[in-house]
Amino acid sequence: MTTMQTPNGFNLDTSGQRVVVDPVTRIEGHMRCEVNVDENNIIRNAVSTGTMWRGLEVILKGRDPRDAWAFTQRICGVCTGTHALTSVRAVEDALGIDIPENANSIRNIMQLSLQVHDHLVHFYHLHALDWVNPVNALKADPKATSELQQSVSPHHPKSSPGYFRDVQNRLKKFVESGQLGPFKNGYWTNPAYLLPPEADLMAVTHYLEALDFQKEIMTTRTIFGGKDIHPNWLVGGVPCAINIDGPLAAGAPVNMDRLNYVSGVIDRTLEFVKNVYIPDLFAIAQFYKGWLYGGGLSGQSVLAYGDIPDRANDYSAGNLLMPRGAIINGNLKEVHEVDHRDPEQIQEFVPHSWYAYPDEAKGLHPWDGITEPNYALGPNLVGTSTNIQQIDESAKYSWIKAPRWRGHAMEVGPLARYVVGYAQGHEYFTEQINRTLKTLDVPVDALFSTLGRTAARALECEWAAEMQRYFMDKLIANIKAGDTATANVEKFDPKTWPSEVKGVGFTEAPRGALAHWIRIKDTKIDNYQCVVPTTWNGSPRDNEGNIGAFEASLMNTKMERPEEPVEILRTLHSFDPCLACSTHVMGPDGEEMAEIKVR
Amino acid sequence: MTETFYEVMRRQGITRRSFLKFCSLTAASLGLGPTFAPQIAHAMETKPRIPVLWLHGLECTCCSESFIRSAHPLAKDVILSMISLDYDDTIMAAAGHQAEAIIDETIEKYDGNYILACEGNPPLNQEGMSCIIAGKPYLEQLKHAADHCKAIISWGSCASWGCVQAARPNPTQATPIHKVPGLAPKPIIKVPGCPPIAEVMTAVITYILTFERFPELDRQGRPKMFYSQRIHDKCYRRPHFDAGQFVEAFDDEGARKGYCLYKMGCKGPTTYNACSTVRWNGGLSFPIQSGHPCFGCSEDGFWDKGSFYDRLTDIHGFGIEADADKIGGTAAAVVGVAAAAHAGLSAVKRARQKGGES
Repeated sequence: MTTMQTPNGFNLDTSGQRVVVDPVTRIEGHMRCEVNVDENNIIRNAVSTGTMWRGLEVILKGRDPRDAWAFTQRICGVCTGTHALTSVRAVEDALGIDIPENANSIRNIMQLSLQVHDHLVHFYHLHALDWVNPVNALKADPKATSELQQSVSPHHPKSSPGYFRDVQNRLKKFVESGQLGPFKNGYWTNPAYLLPPEADLMAVTHYLEALDFQKEIMTTRTIFGGKDIHPNWLVGGVPCAINIDGPLAAGAPVNMDRLNYVSGVIDRTLEFVKNVYIPDLFAIAQFYKGWLYGGGLSGQSVLAYGDIPDRANDYSAGNLLMPRGAIINGNLKEVHEVDHRDPEQIQEFVPHSWYAYPDEAKGLHPWDGITEPNYALGPNLVGTSTNIQQIDESAKYSWIKAPRWRGHAMEVGPLARYVVGYAQGHEYFTEQINRTLKTLDVPVDALFSTLGRTAARALECEWAAEMQRYFMDKLIANIKAGDTATANVEKFDPKTWPSEVKGVGFTEAPRGALAHWIRIKDTKIDNYQCVVPTTWNGSPRDNEGNIGAFEASLMNTKMERPEEPVEILRTLHSFDPCLACSTHVMGPDGEEMAEIKVR
Repeated sequence: MTETFYEVMRRQGITRRSFLKFCSLTAASLGLGPTFAPQIAHAMETKPRIPVLWLHGLECTCCSESFIRSAHPLAKDVILSMISLDYDDTIMAAAGHQAEAIIDETIEKYDGNYILACEGNPPLNQEGMSCIIAGKPYLEQLKHAADHCKAIISWGSCASWGCVQAARPNPTQATPIHKVPGLAPKPIIKVPGCPPIAEVMTAVITYILTFERFPELDRQGRPKMFYSQRIHDKCYRRPHFDAGQFVEAFDDEGARKGYCLYKMGCKGPTTYNACSTVRWNGGLSFPIQSGHPCFGCSEDGFWDKGSFYDRLTDIHGFGIEADADKIGGTAAAVVGVAAAAHAGLSAVKRARQKGGES
């Protein structure tokens, strides 16, 4: 059978030419993608495979729950910290620990700085080369580039013709040296690139400026967490004690000097986002606004858990500054409440994943999750078990499980958050979306596209940069009011814990909804399960045959040249895939890997 | 035609003045003193850019993320002016077969003359298929690239020791680079840490390019210039340790005064790294300065040495003059670890391999 319709409404046709992209680059981790294109080079079937797996959950079993944040933080060094925050929240939920207000503000600043950093680095260093052609930038007129810069962002100081000429010369000589480094073997003659040379030069210039600037954004985390990447966190609060004017304040983790440093970084970050990132987004999007492929599930099923609690310890939707809710079947009029504890809501399925369940027709809630590996390949595999030339998606085909919300495949991430926020009338988000649609002169449906996903990420970066200032001011006001507490250590000693408890912690990672479920027994971790953003977005088919968000987004896209996967990269990158996150899972009995079977 | 660093930097608009400033900063960051600056300048004026293949196995990409945070030199200048980063799947434009073709192109053109930078490690279980590149085990790509390289840099604790995915029970049998069976016997420099400090990473590269040799390594394969002292030896809180002034609980009076974190489980006394000297993110802070105990992320097997908040029990008896080789693994007899009675590297290793209780 070469054609079929999925329950979530996509017509798959496997009869055309198969195109394989492995590795998918400019992502975190390892991923493979296969598509079938028809005679017009339009994608009619899409298969996304997570190609790595590390087994963090079984490694966590039997460990001290207070250490779990450090292990889970190492799930991913790109969204570093967000797993750690999710983990300490899960442990605090299980043990009933309330954290001080200052700890909440500091955690929010750290989490927001990640949103800003991650989105900015993603746009310039992982995604830009899908839209920007550095070779074409060599043809630009520096004077016209300067005029373009001044028109799109009059407040950015680096805009003279001489500046752009210098960058262009540097680029020219780099290209002429023949050692193209990261630009080598790119798709620079592909007609999918649409920017005029001046826009290319401006964007490449900002690729370099952003590379210099990004290292400053997360220094807030170096102050509060001691290092970046992988700053330190603490069950019960934050480890950085505050001492403003007491004895030995100079050697304290947080003092006046440190607060001033953070404050300066927050201001410069907001300035960079507003003067560089947002104007670049609009400048580039103008030329691609006709390229409205890639919507996938975004117009039909999106999910957000919400994050950034305004007041400490209240994780109800009303107190979260990032919105929470689920939208299904494209009905934006109804936003469903999401409950992580309800066994009927979030479930994971494995019929197309390299894991085994006793009954694979059913899904399992993470508190009851089983993750027994089963690397089996289908009968239509082309190649061998260690040399996959063409995968068989009718069988198991990915290290990623298939999570579903009430049975629905869902998209998560900045676009999902913005769609949920828009549907709920989130004031700031709605204003941003309306401004974007007006500036680009596109209808609201344009949101549900690759470009919409990329735009939502930029808008969220702007929001997060503003919110850092809000929480910094809140932190200062609270200290001024005499409260310098940063940690609640009443239950830090495991001897104070009940013998058996369970908890859940959630955040919005840069890439989307993230939650950890923990069971603690006799002061040790009894079971630990993570369902992460790229598990949702990169999910393979489920028991019903619903395709996941990556796969759905590639459907019906026209490729200029199937042998050059520019369009596939463009859309996959718009999700900012994070494969180390999605494929960390490992079952409690998984010390030995199941035998490899080729049926 | 091969160009020197200096030519490339000049062509790219870097002035001679900035170039010399860069050289003296580099000398300083390597701990070499100002007299070495002219030597570095000379090296950069006369030597070509070296190709680098940066491969990713099982990892979390924290090493790459750390690398781009380097303040001196800037990651941008390393990538544009010092090395030719021909393969790095995290940032390269090409994907799929166009990406994979670069490995063979590099081998053909620079056989025996490129650096292999390894981030992460290969799994040996599951026929290696828990890390797949181009439909095949990552192990194959790694061995192929290693066969033809000049030398290997093992970035971070994954490549150096195994790190988190190799913590017990190491379900994928994730294996550090120097222990990969059948790997070509090439010089390996380990730069451990989860992740390593950015400026340590770029300094190691700069040193190799400048002096055309590896820096002196300790017997575990780490550059002595950054890994010969314990964090405790140069910790700004060391006087509080000596004076018996300790943090007794997070956010207590001692925590606010910056007292020693030893009682909170600090592994600074047994951890060899430059955190307390070079510090992080342009010298801004390091974990202890920000109030959290060091948990020893640059040490072999640090995940399996008990809770991060358990106190070290055996740290007396060595002064700051002892280096890593002399101390060996005096290390890590940790409360709650069965190995407490047998301090010493071999005992700790045995305990780890058996999966000692945490």
